[in-house]
Amino acid sequence: MELYLDLFSQPCRSVYIFAKKNNIQFDFKKISLLEGEQYGEDFGKINLLRKAPAMKDGDFCLAESIAIMIYMAEKFHTPDHWFPADLQKRARVNEYLSWQHMGIRMHGSKIFWLKLLIPKIIGTEVPKEKMDDAMEDLNNSVKLIEEKFLQDKPFIAGDQISLADLVAIVEIMQPVAAGVDVFEGRPKLNAWKERVQNAIGKDLFDEAHQHILSAQEMVKTMDGSKMQVFKPKILRMFF
Amino acid sequence: MPLELFLDLHSQPCRSVFIFAKAANIPFEYKAVVLASGEQYGDEFAKISIVRKVPVMRDGDFILTESTAILMYMVRKFGTPDHWYPADLQKRARVDEYLAWQHSNMRAHGSKVFWFRGVLPMVTGEPVPKEKMDSALEDLNMTLKLFEEKFLQNNPYIIGEQISLADLVAIVEIMQPVGTGLDVFEGRPALSAWRDRVKKAVGEALFDEAHKVIMSPGDLKQTLTGQEMPEFLKIRVQKMFI
Repeated sequence: MELYLDLFSQPCRSVYIFAKKNNIQFDFKKISLLEGEQYGEDFGKINLLRKAPAMKDGDFCLAESIAIMIYMAEKFHTPDHWFPADLQKRARVNEYLSWQHMGIRMHGSKIFWLKLLIPKIIGTEVPKEKMDDAMEDLNNSVKLIEEKFLQDKPFIAGDQISLADLVAIVEIMQPVAAGVDVFEGRPKLNAWKERVQNAIGKDLFDEAHQHILSAQEMVKTMDGSKMQVFKPKILRMFF
Repeated sequence: MPLELFLDLHSQPCRSVFIFAKAANIPFEYKAVVLASGEQYGDEFAKISIVRKVPVMRDGDFILTESTAILMYMVRKFGTPDHWYPADLQKRARVDEYLAWQHSNMRAHGSKVFWFRGVLPMVTGEPVPKEKMDSALEDLNMTLKLFEEKFLQNNPYIIGEQISLADLVAIVEIMQPVGTGLDVFEGRPALSAWRDRVKKAVGEALFDEAHKVIMSPGDLKQTLTGQEMPEFLKIRVQKMFI
């Protein structure tokens, strides 16, 4: 099985962690999103949507991290808690996995782009109002994670870690990597983070996040002119 | 006691849940929610869901949000025909793949065009700036192109020979901009043929029933202007797409 991954990307990290944690054998096919490799002809044959992660299992190509992880869970019979068979527990996991696309992923990604990448590409800082609005959205999202999805439970589906927690943590780590300490002043969320890290294994968690956590440093030496291909998309998406 | 489904058929994900429950003969109590009045932000609704969105399902004590989660719950609980969410590993993966991708693509762009054409002008009293509108239309066109090239290809339905949750979730989103008078099917014969197939598979009468509110040209305008949208909601709406 081949997994096309760029660990800068949140959904690539969840797929990577899930496969490694469950000892699923795969070929790590590195793809560099910031260099635009997803727009190449070869990658188009793997995934016409031109996004990472992408999976190739024999002749079968699959996009979308959630679809990929569910596929791996079923094919490799991973422990039940990841994607529980129980009707209500499974529903809780599905509920989070659905909500999170626009609920947190969008906002955490936006902060990362607004703080680190966009200033590099367009040459100026983002207007304060835009940043404040984006932070408000992120804060509201995190509040909902605590109040609706976690509540008083150790993990989203209950007593054990599931795909929901894995997908949640990688998204929350993105704004953290941009210098926004989401966990500060949130003891409950912080405690959940520790539990998730322990359940995954600290080494694996750190390994998956090594690249993104050096983003602030990396961006300093990044050549903004090489990323001009993203400019139209950015202007559309964020302005 | 049957399921309770909290729905407003102006909302795409409410329509997919409504159509599926009816098509699969799942008994439910229809609990109408009027989004244009802002009731989802009230204290009563908070008891149902603090996410303040529709659809919501209540099965006894168990409350569930997110249409795709609700659809899958119904599939698993009521043992609906296999094609909706196939047991086959690869077919199921194709459904999951579409259901994941669509949130920030078909849904996001179809919704945006709907809001820009059908809602914002009524709330602000002016049309949306041309540049923003053109941008939104371009995004929608790109998405529809990708839908045809990657998800449909030359198949009758997304997973192949039979309709699944993926087609249902797709069609309700594509219908949203159509409700504002933008015929996205025009000039797209393959997409039109797929729409006809989907309509037939769920039942034309049911499909039309579900889409009645969104397709009535005067109705939406009346709903929005006659309803006297609360000020806080107007502000929220305007902030959504700045």
